[in-house]
Amino acid sequence: MGLLSNKNKEVLVGPLSINNPIVVQMLGICSALAVTSKLEPSVVMGISVIAVVAFANVIVSLIRNTIPNRIRIIVQLVVVAALVTIVSEVLRAFAYDVSKQLSVFIGLIITNCILMGRLEAFALGNGPWESFLDGIGNGVGYALILVIVGFCRELFGSGTLLGYQVIPDAVYEMGYVNNGLMILPPMALIIIAVVIWIHRSKNQELQEEN
Amino acid sequence: MNRDSNIYTVVYASVMVILVAVVLAFTAQSLKSLQETNEKNDKRQQILRSINIDAGDNAEAKYNEYIKEAFLVNINGQKVNGDAFDVEASKAFSEEIFPVFVAEVDGQTKYILAMYGAGLWGPIWGYLSVDSDKNTIYGADFSHQGETPGLGAEITRGDFSYQFHGKKLFRDGEFRSVAVVKPGKVDPRRDFVDGVSGGTITSQGVESMLYDSLRGYISFLTLQNQ
Repeated sequence: MGLLSNKNKEVLVGPLSINNPIVVQMLGICSALAVTSKLEPSVVMGISVIAVVAFANVIVSLIRNTIPNRIRIIVQLVVVAALVTIVSEVLRAFAYDVSKQLSVFIGLIITNCILMGRLEAFALGNGPWESFLDGIGNGVGYALILVIVGFCRELFGSGTLLGYQVIPDAVYEMGYVNNGLMILPPMALIIIAVVIWIHRSKNQELQEEN
Repeated sequence: MNRDSNIYTVVYASVMVILVAVVLAFTAQSLKSLQETNEKNDKRQQILRSINIDAGDNAEAKYNEYIKEAFLVNINGQKVNGDAFDVEASKAFSEEIFPVFVAEVDGQTKYILAMYGAGLWGPIWGYLSVDSDKNTIYGADFSHQGETPGLGAEITRGDFSYQFHGKKLFRDGEFRSVAVVKPGKVDPRRDFVDGVSGGTITSQGVESMLYDSLRGYISFLTLQNQ
């Protein structure tokens, strides 16, 4: 079995679209609503989640045969909490500005359902390498949706991208107004719904029959 | 080994917790000095932004260049002992001690005052600089711990804080502070600036922070004016 056998490729690529954590598995919606009013926090949040979910998957996979069944959720939680704390400390030491911006949201990675979901569903039953790929795949799938939502919300809500103004002043002079609703949390939910709509119409097999 | 026995579970949990504690303690200790430097430089940047200087990466050098003096005053405006840079505004205010930084910009003296208050989700703080008449605001800077990005967090933006430039703290010799009102509204009693749309509670927090924090400086601000 090579490092990237067909099954492993499936594990890595599946979560990007056909098995996406947000739009198909419906995990991690909460943080997708909270951090996406701007593009930059969305990107950093995405990267942090990729790192945490990949390493948590590897660690839990390595110790999966020793974990007492009755406290396995607690063990998973401790692993995740420790990793998140380390990420937060490292950001504060090496990327202070970003950590200031994300402040509470880094800590909230602990409560991100994607982590527990992947640990329970995948890492407990698979080897470290597959678990690592699964973590990267799901993290990137999550980050992808965050970036799409953050892009739309910042562009239409503030007229900027990564803090730089992209909608020219001339357009504002013609009467264009930033859509304040875009910045509010309900709009994130609506954009995710639109993403799901487009995604489903492209992937007929995901549609449920009534 | 029976993985479902009570003893195994208890021992496993204990060992795991101790291991994790050691790892976290080690990480925190080894990164501490870097983090403290970051925090100090961040504070220097905030202070410098309140006199409209963007320090960028060399905060320490710029700080030493512009800030001529830093001292603490009490509620009566008299100097007391202590290091103005190291005190936390939140703690100092409850002891009625107020940090003052004296800066020199283009040959003119500016006084920088510290502020501390509450936003929507957590603390907000900032620095306000006044001209040598100790009445006209020269600049301001605001920071927050966890306000909503895009809404309350917009108080950190330059276009919000720059509105304070030129506003007066006193009217008819009486301390009035500066109001933060909804855009379009006016406050006839005192000078005012526009709040952040969608960040009403944070804007109100800024208004109360200005009033409550600067109230402690009244004696200092009026002492030498008479």
